[in-house]
Amino acid sequence: MDINVTVNSKPTSADVEPRRLLVHWLRDDLRLTATHVGCDTTSCGACTVLVDGTPIKSCTLLAVQANGREVTTVEGLATNGQLHPIQAAFKEEHGLQCGFCTPGMMMVTAALLEKNEDPSEEDIRWAISGNICRCTGYQNIVKSVELAAGQIKAERADATTA
Amino acid sequence: MSTTESHVHGIGQSIKRKEDDRFIRGKGTYVDDISLPGMLHMAILRSPLAHAKLVSIDTTAAAALDGVVAVITGADLAAHNLAWMPTLSGDTQAVFVTDKVRFQGQEVAAVVAESAYVAYDALDLIEVEYDPLDVIVDPRKALEAGAPLIRDEKEDQTDNRCYHWESGDKGATDAAFAKAAVVVSLDTHYPRCHPAPLETCGIVADVNPATGKATLHLTSQAPHAHRTLFAIVAGLPEQNIQIKTPDIGGGFGNKVPIYPGYVAATAASLLIGRPVKWIESRSENLISTGFARDFHMSGDLALDNDGKMLALRVKLVSDNGAFFADAQPTKFRAGLFHIVTGSYDMPVAHIEADGAYTNKAPGGVAYRCSFRVTEASYLIERLVQNAAYELGTDPAALRFKNFIKPEQFPYKSATGFEYDSGDYPRALELALEQLGYNQLRQEQKKLREEGKLLGIGIASFTEVVGAGKSKEYDIAGLKMFDSAELRVHPTGKAILKIGVQTQGQGHETTFAQIVASELGIPSEDVVVQYGDTDNVPYGLGTYASRSTPVAGAATAVIARKLREKGRTLAAHLLEVSEEDLEWETDHFSVKGAPDKKVSIQDVAFAAYTNMPDGMEPGLEGVHYYDPPNMTYPFGSYLVAVEVDEGTGEWKVRRMVAVDDCGVRINPMIVEGQIHGGLTEGYAIAAMQLIDFDEEGNCIGGNFTDYLIPTAWETPHFETHETVTPSPHHPIGAKGVGESATVGSPAAYVNAVVDAVRHLGVTNIDMPVTSAKVWQAIQDAKT
Amino acid sequence: MFPSRFDYSAPDSLDEALATLGQRADETKVLAGGQSLIPLLKLRFAAPATLVDINRIPGLDVLEESNGHLRIGTLARHNQLAADSLVGRRYPTIASAAPQIADPLVRNLGTIGGSLAHGDPAGDWGSVMLALNAEVVVRGPTGERRIPIDDFLVDIFTTSLNEDEIVTEVLVPQPEGSFGGAYLKLERKVGDFATVGVAVHLELDGDTIARAGLGLTAVGSRNIKPTNAENALGGNKCSDELFAEAARLAAEAADPVSDVRGPATYKRAVVEAYVKRGLAEARDQARARAGRT
Ligand SMILES: Cc1cc2nc3c(=O)[nH]c(=O)nc-3n(C[C@H](O)[C@H](O)[C@H](O)COP(=O)(O)OP(=O)(O)OC[C@H]3O[C@@H](n4cnc5c(N)ncnc54)[C@H](O)[C@@H]3O)c2cc1C
Ligand code: FES
Ligand code: FES
Repeated sequence: MDINVTVNSKPTSADVEPRRLLVHWLRDDLRLTATHVGCDTTSCGACTVLVDGTPIKSCTLLAVQANGREVTTVEGLATNGQLHPIQAAFKEEHGLQCGFCTPGMMMVTAALLEKNEDPSEEDIRWAISGNICRCTGYQNIVKSVELAAGQIKAERADATTA
Repeated sequence: MSTTESHVHGIGQSIKRKEDDRFIRGKGTYVDDISLPGMLHMAILRSPLAHAKLVSIDTTAAAALDGVVAVITGADLAAHNLAWMPTLSGDTQAVFVTDKVRFQGQEVAAVVAESAYVAYDALDLIEVEYDPLDVIVDPRKALEAGAPLIRDEKEDQTDNRCYHWESGDKGATDAAFAKAAVVVSLDTHYPRCHPAPLETCGIVADVNPATGKATLHLTSQAPHAHRTLFAIVAGLPEQNIQIKTPDIGGGFGNKVPIYPGYVAATAASLLIGRPVKWIESRSENLISTGFARDFHMSGDLALDNDGKMLALRVKLVSDNGAFFADAQPTKFRAGLFHIVTGSYDMPVAHIEADGAYTNKAPGGVAYRCSFRVTEASYLIERLVQNAAYELGTDPAALRFKNFIKPEQFPYKSATGFEYDSGDYPRALELALEQLGYNQLRQEQKKLREEGKLLGIGIASFTEVVGAGKSKEYDIAGLKMFDSAELRVHPTGKAILKIGVQTQGQGHETTFAQIVASELGIPSEDVVVQYGDTDNVPYGLGTYASRSTPVAGAATAVIARKLREKGRTLAAHLLEVSEEDLEWETDHFSVKGAPDKKVSIQDVAFAAYTNMPDGMEPGLEGVHYYDPPNMTYPFGSYLVAVEVDEGTGEWKVRRMVAVDDCGVRINPMIVEGQIHGGLTEGYAIAAMQLIDFDEEGNCIGGNFTDYLIPTAWETPHFETHETVTPSPHHPIGAKGVGESATVGSPAAYVNAVVDAVRHLGVTNIDMPVTSAKVWQAIQDAKT
Repeated sequence: MFPSRFDYSAPDSLDEALATLGQRADETKVLAGGQSLIPLLKLRFAAPATLVDINRIPGLDVLEESNGHLRIGTLARHNQLAADSLVGRRYPTIASAAPQIADPLVRNLGTIGGSLAHGDPAGDWGSVMLALNAEVVVRGPTGERRIPIDDFLVDIFTTSLNEDEIVTEVLVPQPEGSFGGAYLKLERKVGDFATVGVAVHLELDGDTIARAGLGLTAVGSRNIKPTNAENALGGNKCSDELFAEAARLAAEAADPVSDVRGPATYKRAVVEAYVKRGLAEARDQARARAGRT
């Protein structure tokens, strides 16, 4: 089946089998390998991407369902080679160890901070509770999200005063 | 050695991790990210039964499916002498079933196809006929006379015992028990769990038919050991095998063994002449690859009336599954379990262990643990709490009374360990103070009067990490040393090549920091390489927290050796004698004339451009470090929980952790390791469980049943430190990757039991589910 | 994990969807949020020949009050219901249950209609709708039916929906008087299905219970409506004793099995504890609402 999907702002057309999962299309066909697979049961969130701005598990969506929609992966977070504040914050606060969960974590963070620019620790823990991390114990991920939130807020304030 | 802030960004500084730059951009390369031209995909058919004769396999329909390149069965592997492989514990394990199935999920056949989708389509078309046999899932029953024999293919195996092992002094221990005023006993099961790194295991096997070279991109925590074993299993010349570990998405012990899938994919690539990828599904990971723990332990602790510990006796039965595949030192069949006397001055002890074959997956890996130290630490810390209840004393006070005192180090334990250094009272004091222990005890009393349940649990663990020394410790015959090769380039930049492997611990950063501190080259100028056996020196790999203690030491030693060569070069450059030189951070200067100096970069340049006559050019070297002893990290963990009496639900209110891992190379990274470990400790205590029903069906074969805590359940940790350097380690570091997983489960369980003990509850086995808490309360009431 | 092959269509009208469904209803599955169906396809526990994706049909995600009901379109996502302000104000049982379903990412896709059609006795919406006496609106080749939720849920993974029908809406009666409600769920971690779930809805007239609705999750082969307990409450004045009695009756109506989540006796005990707590919370809410008006 022919589909047209905007992937990281780039219009992308393909002919895919209806059964092909979005995550496999992204990883194996488009070679966007930042999005990972960590489970069989929609449990881990390593595959999280944004579809029309909403974070979802791309292992539980067919590629054909994304037809006509906009998909954003970690590869689309940085703009013009400039790290997104979320990316910078994860490094700064040691929010990752093996890095396998990190793309998913950053994508939910991106969606969270769109809706809530000043989340509490509880808000953050709740928002990332569909994503499993086996390494960090989450505490530094929470810190990373807090730092990113502050950064983004400051940037927005700068932008409005400027 | 200085641990202060310095421009070389060495030991003691929380510099940001180098590896993060690729990960945050999504540019890490994990094994499943590798795609080679012409690559095929392999999927494995697994047995639905736990114990059954293999009657027949029909692969005709599968082989005929469009896109299928090959179907491989046990018989095919047997034709190439590949149906069985050695385990890390000297046993053999079936690669694919040829005679009978011995656990549910065992590998029966594989399909190699043009795409993974087609490979799975073809699996559905393979027809297998089984003849079911009686299943044994309880190791204690497996050891009974007349139990169905699981390893009937082993010539001298007449029962299901896979080892018997003892440690300590039985006579002296029995004598001490005979005189004891108080004996406290605990029967407990440390349940089977699984490391479950977020990335499963996988391989891209690329055997080049033209050159015969086998390049294996492999999720391996021990690339060199795997290379050697591959050479032995597959009969390939070792110089033609290259193991390359890509970025690894967590290991925790899961990626230490060699798995049938690796062997099958390699065989497939060899036979077909194209690269073959095999990526395990999550359920394959949980049902077939290295599990951890599964120890049934009976502990007796003897004390006198004053609460002084006299002796410890442990009997344990380990469930080793269908093949004895523990990844642990050969000499010690129950790992380092004999560290079970823990942090206490225990005059005598005796341990008796029996291993049993059962119809379960093999494994026994050191899951964030130094070879069974976790089980040991759990048992002693649970026993101590129950002893305090029995004696009517405070659990903290009982610990203080029995701790090995700071002045007793180095301390020789009853089972033969030589503890290197420690200050146990200081760590517990700090933890109690941070928690506000006394106030909390008062609050507990008050709440109890109101019918509310609060519990406080303590665990004061001692770990033992950093195996060897090589005289005592080997894995599958390979001595447990490790290595580092340091190459300083003419411009003063360096490459460090290490034999250990990172799976998220940040080696690219911390090992560069060691070089920075020892040799003065800023850590950002040091590239750390690992995980390519063609490129780095031989090493035994990363598990059991051995990277820093062993390879870290090797790094420090080789850096020091190069520095000494640098001294000769500096003397030559400054035209003074070596004795007149002083080393400071990153340069040599003339004693008394600090302005007369040459930097390490000048020295490096001279090593290639201006060496003294007769000196061997270059500034490079390799060191193999054979540790004189292991290191003994320790700490005290305190947990406060609230328990809902009506439903058994419990929640962590506070978690205070004091860790002492000696010198901290990068405090930020150390703290991250501790957070991760504390979380896994919580996970094991609260929810992680691989269970089996009577038919040997695995319950816990997916993340819907094998529960991993999310950020929502995971407690907020309050971490603190003391620093007691290791006296025998070149930089005084001890290793920290596992302490928190080793030490914390007992703290969580002790806390829950403490909340309900006045109701009559003395034990709840892990995982401490709300249902079990509720049940324990009901049972105590009746 | 890799689903087996199927055909796929994503019609943009209900009639078209019904027509495609009608062609080979026994081998066709409706795809809504996909958060139950796709996991089954991936594990190859289900292998339909065709999927009809209803996500592109306009109007199936309505959420509004009209004609004495809250109309919830079948495609209303769990998170939409969790965040909706009308729901938050007037349907506390729904608002309380929605964020407890699955995890934040699954909630972004999972739908109320898919959930009910799936017929999982461990699903949370079934109990909520039982407590609220909702009706399920379905469309088939011969037109529309309104099925009371208690008749809609039949057995484990079985509903009274015909293979050629599509759920279009769920109708929840608007609450009257002062009301309160809650959903209490015991789960082992976020993303886990309930060990036990209890939905409670109360409408008070003064301190007299005008209407009581209860629903129980994961303690039987379908979501259970403990009518004895509801009847015991109706028409009586709120009291701790009454709530305790209702809780006992609800526990009696539960028919749990022992499994990895705990023994049956435990689950019954949790039902009892949660019904008691849920009723107290609903009463407090109702009193607070009465106080405000
Ligand atoms: C990790 C995880 C955790 C979960 N935890 C919970 C939980 O705690 N509680 C809970 O209640 N649920 C839970 N779920 C299930 C989730 O709520 C699903 O979203 C829901 O059960 C199904 O809704 P859906 O829209 O995704 O349906 P789909 O998956 O699209 O469909 C489910 C079934 O319903 C049929 N169907 C769907 N829509 C219609 C329709 N309009 N007409 C006719 N038939 C239809 C489909 O054909 C299919 O048979 C969980 C799911 C996951 C993956
Ligand atoms: S891969 Fe685990 S949720 Fe998608
Ligand atoms: S950093 Fe390894 S899983 Fe999160």
